[in-house]
Amino acid sequence: MDPLTWTGGLATVLNPILFLLLPVFAVAMVVRIALSFFEPDTGIQTNPDGTIIATGGIWGLSAKLSNYLGLALLAVVLAYLVVGAALGTGAGIVGAVSRQFLPVWIALVATFVLSIHYKRSLGLYGKLFDSMIGMIGFGLVMFWVYTALFYGLFDWIATHGPLDQASGMKNKVPGTPLRGAEEGEFQWYLLGGDNLARDVFSRVVAGSTIVIAIAPLATLFAFMVGITLGLPAGYYGGRLDTILSFLANLILAFPVILLFYLLVTPEIVATGMPQFMAVVLFIFPLIFSGVLIHSRYRTQPSKDYVYLAIVLVPMALIYLATINQAGSKITFWPLDFFDVPGGILVVFVSVVFVNSPTVYRIVRGLTMDIKTRDYVAAAQTRGERPWYIMLWEILPNARGPLIVDFCLRIGYTTILLGTLGFFGLGLPPESPDWGSTINEGRKLLSIYLHPALPPALSLLSLVLGLNLLADGLREESLRD
Amino acid sequence: MLTALCLTFLVFVMTNLYPNLEKLAKSEGNFRMTDIEVATWLSNNGYRSPLDDQMLADFRAGDITLDEASAQVNTGFDPRLLRNYAEWIGIMPGWTGEDRDGNPTGRCILPGKDAAEAPTFCGILQGHWGFSTVSKAPVSEALGTRMGNTGFLMLCVMLLMVPSALIVGVLAGMREGSPLDRSLSTFSITTTATPEYVSGVLFIAIFTSSAVGLKWFKGTATSAMENATFENFFLPVLTIALYGMGYIARMTRASMAEVMTAQYIRTARLKGVSFPNIVMKHALRNALIAPFTVIMLQFPWLLNGVVIVETLFQYKGVGWELVRAAGNNDIEMLLAISVVSVVVVLVTQLISDIGYVYLNPRISVT
Repeated sequence: MDPLTWTGGLATVLNPILFLLLPVFAVAMVVRIALSFFEPDTGIQTNPDGTIIATGGIWGLSAKLSNYLGLALLAVVLAYLVVGAALGTGAGIVGAVSRQFLPVWIALVATFVLSIHYKRSLGLYGKLFDSMIGMIGFGLVMFWVYTALFYGLFDWIATHGPLDQASGMKNKVPGTPLRGAEEGEFQWYLLGGDNLARDVFSRVVAGSTIVIAIAPLATLFAFMVGITLGLPAGYYGGRLDTILSFLANLILAFPVILLFYLLVTPEIVATGMPQFMAVVLFIFPLIFSGVLIHSRYRTQPSKDYVYLAIVLVPMALIYLATINQAGSKITFWPLDFFDVPGGILVVFVSVVFVNSPTVYRIVRGLTMDIKTRDYVAAAQTRGERPWYIMLWEILPNARGPLIVDFCLRIGYTTILLGTLGFFGLGLPPESPDWGSTINEGRKLLSIYLHPALPPALSLLSLVLGLNLLADGLREESLRD
Repeated sequence: MLTALCLTFLVFVMTNLYPNLEKLAKSEGNFRMTDIEVATWLSNNGYRSPLDDQMLADFRAGDITLDEASAQVNTGFDPRLLRNYAEWIGIMPGWTGEDRDGNPTGRCILPGKDAAEAPTFCGILQGHWGFSTVSKAPVSEALGTRMGNTGFLMLCVMLLMVPSALIVGVLAGMREGSPLDRSLSTFSITTTATPEYVSGVLFIAIFTSSAVGLKWFKGTATSAMENATFENFFLPVLTIALYGMGYIARMTRASMAEVMTAQYIRTARLKGVSFPNIVMKHALRNALIAPFTVIMLQFPWLLNGVVIVETLFQYKGVGWELVRAAGNNDIEMLLAISVVSVVVVLVTQLISDIGYVYLNPRISVT
């Protein structure tokens, strides 16, 4: 087996084109920006007969030129990926990686085709496909979501196990063939081996599952806590507001890393503290959905009890099974049908704990703003109960900023998870999550780049995607 | 004030949990101490209430086994905690006791000092910050140099971050939707999406490693503590500055874009004022009100980045000390650090409120 080069068979055709296009495109962009300082404020002009004139002269030319160059560049990158996926290892590392991601590409294309086709009937989600930025962000996010799903559910994409070590592969450069690979085993370490001779590519893919599993869920829990406390604080005001805001400010004044060090060390875990916090924090989704349903169907008891039972019984079962763990401080519940693996519960709880005060402040501010509106006054005059007004009048009208903040906050949670991993807190050291991998890789950074860079770039792209998505959503929700 | 009290109390409780104390005792004494020895050490050093004499006597006499004795040690809540906290603040006299050789020990008796001269009260109210168990020196001394280092780092970060963020924001917000705006916005959104540990790793990989071969900068900032040069200090500063910069730049851009659509700007344009003049004289001051608040509120965030960057670049400042103290459960050091950070947070909030009034004459304190 020969070692793989980066682009393999594509090198002769595509590489020269790429290296030609890149500098030309860069120069064109610089020229365009420089020219835009002197541009007259005409832009696109409309003629009386309904036709329009595009910007002419040197400005129009430079805009057109850089647009076409950008398109050509995009086409070359796509060609790398498409031809690579077709040729597999024939097209070097890029090709092989692209081939491994084939299910993700297919799912992405399917999602985009379907969504763009039906975008008029999909509400805010459909409108996302009107903005370029939103689409790019959505693409990046969905790329990692599909990767995590396919790896987590079907064990596709990754070439080796995240903990498999192969002899002679320690710190080997990307594309090194596996020595003595057996039949049916993948023959190369696509992105090289790390310090313990594990496959970097497979670890990055496996890490995505951990991040995608924890970050959105933790953010959701933080939102439940923040909303359940923020709505009454903003609506009633007074002493409740003072106390809750004081507590929120208290947590916010803490340096996050000190908090993590105080919460996540093994000694504290031994006292059962994170579990007690989980008991408190995880009950909020139950309270939230209970009050949500009850406030709506209070006047129709038959429906009320049915819905409450349908929602609350499974949630309560999951809640009890989650907080209950054999061999720890809380073991009273016999029906413990799953255990949260070691470390994840602790990390989850601390991330929710850090995030919820900020959500609380946002929700409180929005509530104070919205409760002065006429429709709230109308509901009060109708004699609606306070919780009905909060959850069914105020909350739906605050959804725009909340959805945008939800996207941003998932990104922030991802960063926090990475920080935890970077300091070696919480998750076990062999865990393939991105923060731990970066931490491991940075120790040998001046000699071997390849173990640290892929997880760093993955984290960057996911967070960037979430930020772009939030930007696109904000733009589109402001439009109406 | 109340926030600081509550916060330090929380830190105090967390660091004084029994497993943490046990770890501290074992690292200070020796690692093979039995549970009883640990408990004795803790009560001798004033961390916990004294052990039950009857139980100790029974254990020494061999009437109960080690396991039975260990089971009787109180590992839960201890009222001594509250007293220790009061001692730390300085409203209760410091504890005194005797060590094994009969020499007097106590909170206020520093190593190498005479016991008779020691004051009765010694807490932060008396300016006594305690004794750091990791660096084997008084906290004020150990933390002082660290704070100097971090202060210098923060100063450099601010000097780099604020002007460049404002320039980027103003340039982008000048003409909304222009190619310059698009590229600068993309740049700032990318920087906000790059946490310090990612950008730091990228910078080290590109600029310092022998694998790429550029070697423009140094990968550690250890030498920057005595002699900060561009070569060893630029990368850490850049890493912190970039993350904060994107956010400020976006705020500046938004407020600049808003100002540029205002009526008085249109009036100025119709009067025939040149574009650079409009930006510099008419728009800039009004556009800078919002970013100023943001810059001040960025400080607590910067503290976070400082911890990561100091660890990554081995720069021995407060963040580095925080990681070390937290790893070794250095109680009084952690308390001092949390006091410092709370003070920083509160002071920046105050400055941002005052500065807001100063910049925006429409709001007055009266």
